[in-house]
Amino acid sequence: MPLKDEKPRLFLEEFRVKNAPNDYGMADEKWSFKKFTKKFRIVIVRMDNFEMEFDLIGIQPAFANAFRRLMLSEVPSMAIEKVMIRNNTSIIQDEVLAHRLGLIPLKADPRLFEYRPEDATAGTEFDTLEFTMKVKCTVNKSQPKDSYRAEDLYENHSVYSSQMKWQPMGNQASVHKEADIGPVHPDILVSKMRPGHELDLSLVAVKGIGKDHAKFSPVATASYRLLPEVTLTREVRGSEATLLQSCFAPGVIGIDSEGRAYVRDARYDTCSRNVYRYDEIKDAVVLSRVRDHFIFNVESVGALQPNVIFVEAVKILRDKCKSFLDELNKFN
Amino acid sequence: MKVTELPGDEDSGPTCRTYVFQNESHTLGNALKCIINRYEDVDFCGYTVPHPAENKMHFRIQSKETPALEILKRGFQDLEKVCEHTIDVFEKEVKEFNKM
Repeated sequence: MPLKDEKPRLFLEEFRVKNAPNDYGMADEKWSFKKFTKKFRIVIVRMDNFEMEFDLIGIQPAFANAFRRLMLSEVPSMAIEKVMIRNNTSIIQDEVLAHRLGLIPLKADPRLFEYRPEDATAGTEFDTLEFTMKVKCTVNKSQPKDSYRAEDLYENHSVYSSQMKWQPMGNQASVHKEADIGPVHPDILVSKMRPGHELDLSLVAVKGIGKDHAKFSPVATASYRLLPEVTLTREVRGSEATLLQSCFAPGVIGIDSEGRAYVRDARYDTCSRNVYRYDEIKDAVVLSRVRDHFIFNVESVGALQPNVIFVEAVKILRDKCKSFLDELNKFN
Repeated sequence: MKVTELPGDEDSGPTCRTYVFQNESHTLGNALKCIINRYEDVDFCGYTVPHPAENKMHFRIQSKETPALEILKRGFQDLEKVCEHTIDVFEKEVKEFNKM
């Protein structure tokens, strides 16, 4: 079923996924930067400090995928890399504790720090953040009678991320505000203790990238999908319309006052092919996806805003190109 | 040295080359291949990560007349332009969005 406009489409049929007959897969088109700029569009759908959704329209899948991969594994962020354990008498083992601490997201802006050189033995104020965590669990002397709740019986029986304390190095205290450095969430449970258990740790955070360890990744998720489209080819009404509606995600199919089904908004369709189970309505719909319309979803861990993460990712690719060009110009 | 040439193309003229990129992967390889494959004078362009445990990417270019090095440089220039353009458009859109 050919649709009128020029968008390249993938058709989701009952037993196969098919390209449009006139579509050769965008692969044989000659490269032209002018053509790219003419077709390329970005639409921001939703954005706040932690999450954003935007569309990249008219772009090659290779670029979209490169941006996604860059956000996941090459945009830097700060995370705890070393834990010096002076005392740990809790039941959680040293290495498990260190790993848990490493995964705590930090608020520090990675753009204000440098990578620590590989051969460095000690950190400097430009590449390191130091925290301490000193917690001791004791019996609560003023405990209420008849209560057996751990919160009432003991003091400090739960250790939270808010209990790590920043120790500014050198000039750091005047460059950074304390509120911009610590953990993103104050209520991450690190360990549970009983009276007599004690933690005395110093934590060293450095800048790193997700390729090295996932804790350095600035995004919780960064993904894209293709824009779904649902087209009705004939009138569907009455009980068939309700059946059709139930085959799609809520909000995709609407039913008007005369009981006729219409496509309200296919954007958030799950692209399940449930309709094809019903013989009476399976001839009424064409399911497709637009092959050059990428819906990106970026969810930040908290250090950087999602829009900043995307720009940083593209900048990394650009700088890579620049440095390779410099090197190739010196070739031969 | 982040880029080197793979030996084996000494007799085939300047139009065929395989370049080895250290510490690169599909991220750069596929994006670059996607551009260079669309050039008029390119016969073949492809990339491979020979072993998942080795941090390198092989990039092969075969052309009709233009030296492979020229094509690779052009590819990087175009990819850089794409990035610049993407950043410009994105930042403009973010500004527009924040105005609302």
